[in-house]
Amino acid sequence: MPLRIPILFHANMQHSIQEVTDEWPRMSEIIETITFRAGYNTGMVIGGTALLGLAAGIIGVFALLRKRSLMTDALSHATLPGITLAFLFAGTFGLESKSLPVLLVGASVTGVLGVICVQLILHHTRLREDAAIGIVLSVFFGAGIVGLSYIQANAPGDSGGLNHFIYGQAATMRVGDVVLMGSIALVAIMATLLFMKEFAIVCFNDAFARVDGWPVGLVDLFMMALVVLVTVAGLQAVGLILVVSMLIIPPVAARFWTDRLSVLVLISGIIGATSGYLGATVSALFPRKPAGAVIVLTAGCIFVLSMFLAPKRGVFAHAIRRVSVRVKVAGDHLLEHVYESRQSTLTSDDFANFARMQGWSPLFQLLIRFALRRENMLGSKTRSEIRVTEAGLERGARVSRNHALWEQYLVSHADIAPSHVDWSVDMVEHVLSDELIHELETALRNQGVDFPPSLEGVG
Amino acid sequence: MYFDLALDLFPLLAAALAAVCCGLLGNFLLLRKQSMMGDAISHSVLPGLVIAFLIASTRSPLVMLAGATIAGVVTVVLVEFVKRFGKVEPGAAMGVVFSILFALGVLLIEKAAVRHVDLDAECVLHGQLETLVWYSAPATISGLWSVETLDAIPRQIITLTIILILAIGFVSLLFKELRLASFDPALATTLGFNSTLLHYLLMIFVAAATVASFEAVGSILVIAMLICPGATARLLTDRLRTQIVLSVLIALFTAVGGYFSATIIPGWFGRDTVNAAGSITVFSGLVLSLTIIISPSHGILSRMIRRIRLSSRVALDDLLATMYRAQEQAQAEMSASDISDAILRSKPQPLLNRAVKRALIQRHRGMYSLTEKGQRAARSIVRRHRLWEHYLVDQAGLAPDHVHETAERLEHLPPVPPAGPQTDPQGKVIPDDPQVP
Amino acid sequence: MSPVAAHSNSKQSGLSEYPEHSAESPLSIHAMTVAYHKKPVLWDVDYDAPANKLIAIVGPNGAGKSTFIKSCLGLIPKASGLVEFWGQPYRKVRSRIGYVPQRESVDWDFPVSALDVVCMGRYRRIGWCRPVTRKHKVAALDCLELVGMRDFANRQISQLSGGQQQRVFLARALAQQAELYFMDEPFAGVDAATERAIIQVLRELKNSGKTVIVVHHDLQSVPEYFDEVILLNMRVVASGPVGEVFTETNLHKTYGGRLTLLSEAAEAIARTESGV
Repeated sequence: MPLRIPILFHANMQHSIQEVTDEWPRMSEIIETITFRAGYNTGMVIGGTALLGLAAGIIGVFALLRKRSLMTDALSHATLPGITLAFLFAGTFGLESKSLPVLLVGASVTGVLGVICVQLILHHTRLREDAAIGIVLSVFFGAGIVGLSYIQANAPGDSGGLNHFIYGQAATMRVGDVVLMGSIALVAIMATLLFMKEFAIVCFNDAFARVDGWPVGLVDLFMMALVVLVTVAGLQAVGLILVVSMLIIPPVAARFWTDRLSVLVLISGIIGATSGYLGATVSALFPRKPAGAVIVLTAGCIFVLSMFLAPKRGVFAHAIRRVSVRVKVAGDHLLEHVYESRQSTLTSDDFANFARMQGWSPLFQLLIRFALRRENMLGSKTRSEIRVTEAGLERGARVSRNHALWEQYLVSHADIAPSHVDWSVDMVEHVLSDELIHELETALRNQGVDFPPSLEGVG
Repeated sequence: MYFDLALDLFPLLAAALAAVCCGLLGNFLLLRKQSMMGDAISHSVLPGLVIAFLIASTRSPLVMLAGATIAGVVTVVLVEFVKRFGKVEPGAAMGVVFSILFALGVLLIEKAAVRHVDLDAECVLHGQLETLVWYSAPATISGLWSVETLDAIPRQIITLTIILILAIGFVSLLFKELRLASFDPALATTLGFNSTLLHYLLMIFVAAATVASFEAVGSILVIAMLICPGATARLLTDRLRTQIVLSVLIALFTAVGGYFSATIIPGWFGRDTVNAAGSITVFSGLVLSLTIIISPSHGILSRMIRRIRLSSRVALDDLLATMYRAQEQAQAEMSASDISDAILRSKPQPLLNRAVKRALIQRHRGMYSLTEKGQRAARSIVRRHRLWEHYLVDQAGLAPDHVHETAERLEHLPPVPPAGPQTDPQGKVIPDDPQVP
Repeated sequence: MSPVAAHSNSKQSGLSEYPEHSAESPLSIHAMTVAYHKKPVLWDVDYDAPANKLIAIVGPNGAGKSTFIKSCLGLIPKASGLVEFWGQPYRKVRSRIGYVPQRESVDWDFPVSALDVVCMGRYRRIGWCRPVTRKHKVAALDCLELVGMRDFANRQISQLSGGQQQRVFLARALAQQAELYFMDEPFAGVDAATERAIIQVLRELKNSGKTVIVVHHDLQSVPEYFDEVILLNMRVVASGPVGEVFTETNLHKTYGGRLTLLSEAAEAIARTESGV
């Protein structure tokens, strides 16, 4: 007989019987919630979820650095059968079947079992890690779904809460559950902070760590245990599908901002906590919005912003750096050209011709002129010509000399056919340091190789 | 009584079609070590579906498919982007992208629900096979052959069939290219096949298969079917064509088997049926586990058996060699305890019995000696041992007092050093090859 | 226990029973055979390292040089044989042994600075859960000074050149304050300045009584840099002082001859070990 299972796209089911409107809460309500004054329950939930986000962000850094992020996915999906089994087990033995500790123990057991299965598959078959994780993930989860449907059919009243483990139900958690979640999170945070350098050395270079006497296997196990703890703690709030993202997104986002491990852990924790806080708040204000999704989307927004806006490692920063390097190189070429034409001004036509030969777009030309003028290499511009300053000529001379030096060097030292010289020099001449230039000069002079004399006051 | 046309025909068909379609495509994901990409896509098509629905306000399959395809492509692009700029491993990049997209989808479903259309995110996971009930099914199988049947076929099955046919076409036509691009994308590109294009095409098909299967069997089954049949087949054969055919058969088998398990097994305990999609997933996991253990070529059991056989052959070889050496020292017969000391085994009896049974040694008044057959076998082993010792000292320059142990390791397997030397480093005679008259 | 493993059930009571191995030697190896992915790649190695010398391990690619070091250090299990350090098993003398792994074995995008990496060499001394105090940071800075990298202490390691990264690895090993150092291709792919810096450090180590064993890839520089050499190609071809052992004949045997038969046999063993 067909089971009562919700249907994906189906118009006019029960909900439409009552008017469902997307109603916004009042401003006062919003402020109260944000500042933890909207009631004991709500405050606890928001605080607890923020704490969870903090823990996930912190331990997630090490899962990421150890390259085990997807294992967390398998772990979280593998918790479902454990939850259903714990529920049934508790029911049979007369325990309160939806008591969170019982369910979480069940979740941990099958979660760990899942991880062990991944290792077994890797060890005994020729299947690779991606396949092993996918297998465990789907099969265990399928078993969980079977369990859920069994419970639904045979004890329908009780099972409502269990479904929430899939998508999370932060806003409707009980205080006792929140306290449990928060305590687990706290333990995970403290443990990670305590063992940070041990985790770091194992994640960075486990061979060295082993030689130095560290029990790498144990440390790995401990890290995994903390991941399990945080994952299981987050199941109720965020749901098992999305809990993995709390462990992955904050560290990846934080990585854009810093190159130091301790700062990375801090920022990742903050991002996680913020996402938890915001998600739970939104979930409290809009009860129908699934909390897990909001939390993840918050983290996702922070991630996107980080990826684009972070200085040094962000996308924009990269692009700007690339363009400025190209502008500098092009500017040097221009100055060199001017120097070699033995003039101190450049007619607009000359410039246009040169630009066309180099393939510079008009925008690029503007950038070059702007950059050079900023560095005082170019003087004022009249309608038909561009004046090059003293400094500009000097720079041009220097670039020209470096060019000649490198050409000579490459031909006489590296056996590169003269026809290749232009390409190599172009790449390289702009990164020559002063010391290296001096070295080259001396070497070439000692060998009696002919090259242009240094200019006064240059080199 | 286990198969009711009304209740089971269409769900079974849907499950089978979904399984076969995903199983087929999954082989290539497996090859390219991108199985998790299948997981990612099956999660991230959700927002594509919902957005398409919100925009077009229709559930038409074409619209859904378009939405899914776009979502699939977007996923792939985003994952590459994050990999490059985030400088993270592919797994983390996938995790970031698919979870954000999935969360977006879940949120959008809620939003769409406000418009009086009830969408349910849970169904995304485990499908709704059970609702493909055919209310006006004929009473018997023979009643199937009529026009009403065609009319009654649910939309999902038609979509699935079309996608399956297209997928079969894709795989058959581009088999060589897919295979090459999976092994060596760079080479494929230099040979003129655009591997990136193939990559995207494959992902688009995966997305389409996911979406077509979604409504029927849910995303969890999709992930399982993308990986398990292919993985199982991989453990049974080394040839790609065979693997593909096998994976399709296995997919079909697990779909049918899993479906019926969902009804039959709970029935044994007097309970209601459980979720069919979940059951199929578990079934495919069991099939895989079984294969891991008993696969003739790669299974654990067969490897163990092979090792045990080798182990016992090695023991036998050792015994014969020991007795031969004793014979050289003019000890033609040995007692069981002599043998036990020599080969360092406290309980040599089972080994001795085995050797007697194979007519390699004989027992006479409590003492053992080599038979004709045993002599030949022993000479062969000792010959190999000493040739190796000679080789190791002569060619490899190892110290003569060490080579005995290394030669012990080498004497049991081919290859054999070439004939020629007459004595080993200790001066003992190297027996002639017993095969050569 | 693999079926084709050595049947020698000789009790492993230590190398003291073998007179050819000295208990003073920083490294004594007896009949060590090592498999990599179940395929034996090093056969029957016998070696005693003299103390207070710079020792090079050279051989063609795939000859087992890295495997040699890794199995001495217990990073790869041995198929057979014994290894002792100053007459003791490895686990008892860990703190006296330093290690510089191959540069490629690490993801250099890891969020640590050069100083952080060097401090890792002192973690053992710091102990579990305790923070890295100023005292240790100063010691680490001194190690960076020794390799000429003090100015780069706070630089993120991904911003260092290959040679600089190598020097940081070396500084980390120095921070371990060991007596015996193993270095895996420290000179690979480094610039001339780094090479000079490294050999400088090695010579100073030798002068302060340490022993250094180095996997080296450049034959030209062996006589100049090293006192002793081990020529390795699936087995020890020859070992001893450079002057005696680094001869054309030996080099020819190491680099010229390929023991194809032994290779094939190793493959066969690998296949049976995997039960194929």
